Amino acid sequence: MEYITLAHGDGGTLTRRLLEEIFLPAFGTANPDKLTDASPITVSSGKLALTTDSFVIHPLFFPGGNIGRLAVSGTINDLAVSGADPLYLTAGFIMEEGLPLAELQSIVSSMGREAAEAGINIIAGDTKVVEKNKGDGLYINTTGAGFLPHNCLLTGENVKPGDAVLINGAIGCHGVAVLSRREGIGFETSVESDCACLHRLTGELRDKLKNRLKFMRDPTRGGLATTLKETARLTGYDIVLEENNLPVPSEVKGACELLGLDPLYLANEGKVTAVVEQSSAAEALEIIHRHQPENPARIIGQITRAVSPGNKAGKVFLQTSYGGTRELDFLAENPQPRIC
Amino acid sequence: MSLKKKSNTSTSTSVSTTASSPWEKYENPEIAQKLIHYIKEKTAPGMKFMEVCGTHTTNISRYGLRRLLNEGPELVSGPGCPVCVTDPGDVENFLTLARQKNVVLTTFGDLLKIPGESGSLSTARACGADIRVVYSPSDAVQIAAENPGRETVFLGAGFETTTPAVLLALKEAIRLGLNNFSLYLLHKITTRAVHHLLETGGTSLNGFLLPGHVSAVTGRHAWDYISELFGLPAVVTGFALNDILWGIRCLSDLNSRNEAAVINGYQRVVKETGNTRAQELIKMYLEKKTSAWRGMGEIPASGLFLKEEYAFYDARHRFSLPPPGKISEPEGCLCGEILKGNRRPFDCKLFAKTCFPEEPAGPCMVSSEGACAAYYYYEKEA
Amino acid sequence: MCLAVPAQIIKIDEHNRNRALVDYRGIKRWAGIYLVPEASPGDYVIIHAGEAISLLEEKEAKKTLELWEEYHEPKKEE
Repeated sequence: MEYITLAHGDGGTLTRRLLEEIFLPAFGTANPDKLTDASPITVSSGKLALTTDSFVIHPLFFPGGNIGRLAVSGTINDLAVSGADPLYLTAGFIMEEGLPLAELQSIVSSMGREAAEAGINIIAGDTKVVEKNKGDGLYINTTGAGFLPHNCLLTGENVKPGDAVLINGAIGCHGVAVLSRREGIGFETSVESDCACLHRLTGELRDKLKNRLKFMRDPTRGGLATTLKETARLTGYDIVLEENNLPVPSEVKGACELLGLDPLYLANEGKVTAVVEQSSAAEALEIIHRHQPENPARIIGQITRAVSPGNKAGKVFLQTSYGGTRELDFLAENPQPRIC
Repeated sequence: MSLKKKSNTSTSTSVSTTASSPWEKYENPEIAQKLIHYIKEKTAPGMKFMEVCGTHTTNISRYGLRRLLNEGPELVSGPGCPVCVTDPGDVENFLTLARQKNVVLTTFGDLLKIPGESGSLSTARACGADIRVVYSPSDAVQIAAENPGRETVFLGAGFETTTPAVLLALKEAIRLGLNNFSLYLLHKITTRAVHHLLETGGTSLNGFLLPGHVSAVTGRHAWDYISELFGLPAVVTGFALNDILWGIRCLSDLNSRNEAAVINGYQRVVKETGNTRAQELIKMYLEKKTSAWRGMGEIPASGLFLKEEYAFYDARHRFSLPPPGKISEPEGCLCGEILKGNRRPFDCKLFAKTCFPEEPAGPCMVSSEGACAAYYYYEKEA
Repeated sequence: MCLAVPAQIIKIDEHNRNRALVDYRGIKRWAGIYLVPEASPGDYVIIHAGEAISLLEEKEAKKTLELWEEYHEPKKEE
């Protein structure tokens, strides 16, 4: 049988075969007869962080990755930027009738590899099948649990004016990579998705910088601009960005100019923005560079006093090389390629 | 980075490229600052210049030029957004098409959000309609060829710049003998809209920044009426930062010399008589008729429609779709005055209160390149 | 409604003289070149909605930049 059928979701023989042949080998669990309905987690003391995310990407495969890799790295990163050490993942799969088994195999195997390289165990899962035309191929949900070594999440309450805003590399790559494979839009590009697990990098930033690391967030859909606007609103301070310092690869600029999009609002994966004490910025960049030597990590801006008080506080400004300034807001709507 | 010289041979050979854009030279910040300084120093007080191209609208806002030129000329946006001026009755026709199970509706992304009475293409897609965004109309022809059992309709929107690309798609569909491809055309003629704006009066403008890529098709000479009939200066303008600033600077100089002339400020792209092949295509397939421009009313000879002999490829004909009815705008909407350059989006009571890009009330908010949307994204306080 | 970019022609389709592979900042796509019959590999064309609508004239491009430079250099005292 080459495709997922409704019978694969019945909980019977075919479901078991999926587990035995695809899921369990990928996730490193040996014996299908020893599966239980829940997995225990041991923690010595302290707090756990929990997060969940669902992945509904189309196309399922794109340059540099697939929905499975994203489902692993995306959830690991949500834990990582919160200051936690990721430990475990769960994975739920909603498969559409007709999904080629070879594609499912490829996706699940890459999830297993991504998790293994990250040192994370996938300890629980679920599979369901929906009828043809009710599922867009495959949806994945992953929930992650991580240990908080200092018992608290990075909340941003210690951010202050003068702090530096850093990013670990180029923006817009994931968005362009996915667009390049979309029917009706497609183009050739060497740009690949930047999906990657960041927990080792963020863990070292957290451990070495300690309270000089004030806040982190991973810009995903909504783009860098939306993430920084969220950061500004959360801290109550403004952020001023230097347009010339933003690491936008030439091909990302090219795709954006061709299609009428803005790289500041394109999706990213494997990116982290960090707010650090200004005096620790060089040290932070050096740590990032050691983990990701090929990435153009840099300081992109600074935290400043809010120009508007009260509930209007928390703006993001972009300064241009010719003296202009414009304000960046949350993403209003999913960007569509345009010709006008 | 230098532009590659032409090969002397006639064979097709591959060439290497660099990764920067030829336009980067036209964004030199030192030149920009000097142009800004000049414009602020030399422009007479009270000057008002209008641009009539959505890309100019967006770029002027995105570059922050109004703030940078704050003691200089006022920059206003005219009827430059083809999506914004689309009749809601046409949108209802799109939705009728989209809701037919046998139809694949292909469109530029720009049209997804325009509201009709019963929703938008975006909401129709959410309810199961097969609506596909394409970058090029030729992609729609490919979809038709790959789906022989279904009808593929392409929504042809845009001004003179886009019309030739849509007609080339039609040409290709005819060459391939496709019986399942048709066009719903919404093309409008900017040169007619500006003429109408000036003819009907009620504006107080001192010159125009003219759309560079429309002009690449029409030629500079298509705009001569602005100076010859109406005594105003105009500059065919490109889209890079310094192209726009240069255009404004030229208008400032022409005004200070009291000179009504239409000059070509985008000579590297725009020729005097435009693109011959593009004009031939338009003459071959299309005819001009009166067309309704939302926010402006009916303008004679301003819409482009398929000629009778191509009725087979006309979706209005193939699917027996009714002509759009009368348009009415919500109470308080100032788009009509905004499109004439008499009011700004900030003057409108609905702006950012009940009229947003996600839920546009009036035409100028409908597309991201409408005046109100550009102000909302780039000029309002967030 | 003038969203267009100046892309370089890499090669012309062997099977269709009206189609070329163009490169803009490293992004490559096939585009129609029917409207610019004078274009050859190496030339820059203005691409809008997948069609080249104009050739970028190198001489004019140079003239524009020189004009801008000339007008904005401070004049020397006589």
